[in-house]
Amino acid sequence: MISERMLNLTVIGGLLAVALAALVLDQPFTITLATRVAILSLAAVGLNIALGLGGLVSFGHAAFFGIGGYAMGILAYHAQTYTPLDLGLFTVAGTKSMPVIWLVAMVLSALAALLIGLLALRTSGVYFIMITLAFAQMFYYFTLSWSAYGGEDGLSIYIRNGFPGLNTLVPIQFFGICFVILCAALYLFHRLEHAPFGLALGSARQAPMRVETVGLSPMRLRLVAFVLSGAITGLAGALFADLNRFVSPTMFSWHMSGELIVLIILGGVARLIGPVIGAVLFVVLEHYLGGMTEFWKIWLGVILLLIVLFARGGVAGLLSPRKVGHD
Amino acid sequence: MTEPILETRGLTKSFGALVAGDDISIDLRKGEIHAIIGPNGAGKSTLIQMICGGLKPDAGQVRLMGRDVTGDSTASRARAGLGRTFQISALAMENSVLQNAMLGAMGALDHPWRFWRPVLARSDLRDRAEACLDRAGLLELRSRRVADLSHGERRQLELAVALTLQPRAFVMDEPMAGLGAGGSARMTEVLDALRAEAPILLVEHDMDAVFALADRISVLVYGRVIATGSVGEIRANAAVREAYLGEDA
Amino acid sequence: MSFILIVEQVLNGLQFGVMLFLMAAGLTLIFGVMGLINLAHGSLYMVGAFAAAAVAGWTGSFLLALLAALMAAALAGAIIEMVVIRRLYATDHLDQVLATFALILVFSEGTRWVFGSFPLFLDIPDYLSGPVTLPGGIQYPLYRLTLIVVGLLVGLGLWALIERTRLGIQIRAGENDREMIAALGVDISKLYTLVFALGAALAGLAGALVGAIQSVQVGMGEPVLILAFVVIVIGGIGSIKGAFIGALLVGLTDTLGGIFLPELFKLVMSPAAATSFGSSLASIGIYLLMAAVLIWRPTGLFGARA
Repeated sequence: MISERMLNLTVIGGLLAVALAALVLDQPFTITLATRVAILSLAAVGLNIALGLGGLVSFGHAAFFGIGGYAMGILAYHAQTYTPLDLGLFTVAGTKSMPVIWLVAMVLSALAALLIGLLALRTSGVYFIMITLAFAQMFYYFTLSWSAYGGEDGLSIYIRNGFPGLNTLVPIQFFGICFVILCAALYLFHRLEHAPFGLALGSARQAPMRVETVGLSPMRLRLVAFVLSGAITGLAGALFADLNRFVSPTMFSWHMSGELIVLIILGGVARLIGPVIGAVLFVVLEHYLGGMTEFWKIWLGVILLLIVLFARGGVAGLLSPRKVGHD
Repeated sequence: MTEPILETRGLTKSFGALVAGDDISIDLRKGEIHAIIGPNGAGKSTLIQMICGGLKPDAGQVRLMGRDVTGDSTASRARAGLGRTFQISALAMENSVLQNAMLGAMGALDHPWRFWRPVLARSDLRDRAEACLDRAGLLELRSRRVADLSHGERRQLELAVALTLQPRAFVMDEPMAGLGAGGSARMTEVLDALRAEAPILLVEHDMDAVFALADRISVLVYGRVIATGSVGEIRANAAVREAYLGEDA
Repeated sequence: MSFILIVEQVLNGLQFGVMLFLMAAGLTLIFGVMGLINLAHGSLYMVGAFAAAAVAGWTGSFLLALLAALMAAALAGAIIEMVVIRRLYATDHLDQVLATFALILVFSEGTRWVFGSFPLFLDIPDYLSGPVTLPGGIQYPLYRLTLIVVGLLVGLGLWALIERTRLGIQIRAGENDREMIAALGVDISKLYTLVFALGAALAGLAGALVGAIQSVQVGMGEPVLILAFVVIVIGGIGSIKGAFIGALLVGLTDTLGGIFLPELFKLVMSPAAATSFGSSLASIGIYLLMAAVLIWRPTGLFGARA
């Protein structure tokens, strides 16, 4: 049993240490795995704002992940083909600059989260789950039939996008970018959780009637949480696409949405470090179990079942238990 | 005569064939405790919900300080000065006592759109919350988790959160429910003092408390107000005796 | 755009709709009675299709294949209900979503393990193949017409079961008041297993019936599951009638949109652009329909009022 703070530092420090050790030992593939962990963690930290703090079981966060991915794919595609991007009223040039791409990815996913949130938050419970799932699927089918950007085949980007002053093609440098963004997102999550907004949002999850009777609107709190959450997951999507130098409709698939929730649950719901632990476990399982058997997801399913039925706090809960109110 | 602080005019609500509210007109005046009593299923919860905004009446009006708030949300009624306590505690169970009270202070003094500085560092919210916890006798327990509180302590916290709002009128749903004799006596004392600050619409089953506290009593039976009057008048009212002896003995 | 084409497409939409109804009916029933969201419902659809394909390959009989689909799906449903699902009734929706998502992983990968990744084929039997001539001289595949009829019959049977039988009374009571039916001496855990198996059997039947016009493969249930969710959101949770109307609306919108939207846009834009834009829009048509229903009635067309 260790303190939560210690656990957080160990996990984050461990991720950095693995990447640095891989650099020293000249194991670029391990650095890529660590980068994958950082990006998936980031996506799940985004989801954790809605799911953990706000109690909103979004089964459609692949929508934002995919929008981020396609924002990167489309901007970079126009840059690499030297064709302008036609937006109807005017055209813009594509770009290979990461900061610009991130901004576009976050704005677009926030906008999508606003629209989906406005509709889905009119309902709650199972409706909310099914509606978020359905809207993500809408994007999936849309990109599947969007032949201008590769349809089912997706879009390949030949050279990773650039960041001023860095060579993003060097694995450890790209890892550094993702790691710093992850740390920033974790810090943001931590501040949010303890800020007035976090208190109001958490109360709206536990006792929505109370929040209303002190004059606050649970719906608006949730909507803001959902938009923030979508923007961060969208940013992760842009980075994920850059890691693979490829985007395709599978980023929108509902398995993606499910896996993001799984990351959080494996790690521990509403725990700051939960998503990172979950992502580490997921990538390790995927890599090692996947190396042993093609059917590794059976075992992922079994592990998940056991956690849901018998270990509600996830791994963070096992390592650093914290009392959670049940009634 | 001055405008009542809180008033309902002809509130009516039915659920299918069941009439839960039938032309209910009551008012709450400055400085008083107005108790609503009635047998189970008389429509007391429906009335509270219509007043606080959880249910939309089929007909009639709710007026707060002379303004029609019938179309307003629960949240905007709260901002307009309606402080409510729940029969079944509606508190954030995983949070501390202080956090629950600070939520009320936030609703009253500020807005929730602050994303960076820790809420516990906000001394203005904290002072208000602690003052109200003190009045409700909970200051010692401020860092306790609500889930670990006793039933009676949760009722005290309900009251404390309502106090943080500094409302113009209180609506209290059975604040005595589940309190022991000692708890009831203390709560009675607190409410007695509170009426000078803001009048209380008190829905309560505990008749000792009602008779000790109420300036006026309205009796609700099958969604209708069958009598309104002072404690003495209600005790003597034949229709009330019949309703109670017939239904709720 | 001829009259015949329109009739054909409407029939295709109906056929798609009634198959969606078989899925959505089970889901909405399970939600209504047990309050459970079951993502693994698509896996039961898949189980039905694989069982049918395997038995058809073995015996050559389509009817035996259908029977096998019903039984395999019902059995799989009863087993997962007893082993996993019943532990989830008292938990929150997040746990239900996760556990049933885990079941999908187990079912999908398990099926891939046993049957491999290549699709299986289930043939339409001779007596149901070929076209039939409808009034007005319209030729339409007999098998698809059979699916419409079967779907409608099952819908009718389900209605009769719920409105007219003792089991139906228990199911309706279970939707309203669990304690009441427990007090009446109904074995509630047996009832739940039965309802779950019934929903599973309907999904398995749909899987087998559709499997004969599409290929039988791992993951085939998932797109259908999500469409069934759209159906339920439109129709309202817990309402069989809502599931029926919603399923037909979704089936018709999806089928007709793909055909008519490109034609519609050809009136105002170039044919190539119209085809591309129209088919993209058609691919999201049912979601737009769902959004419209949500704006109009957040709890669905026949859902309980908040």
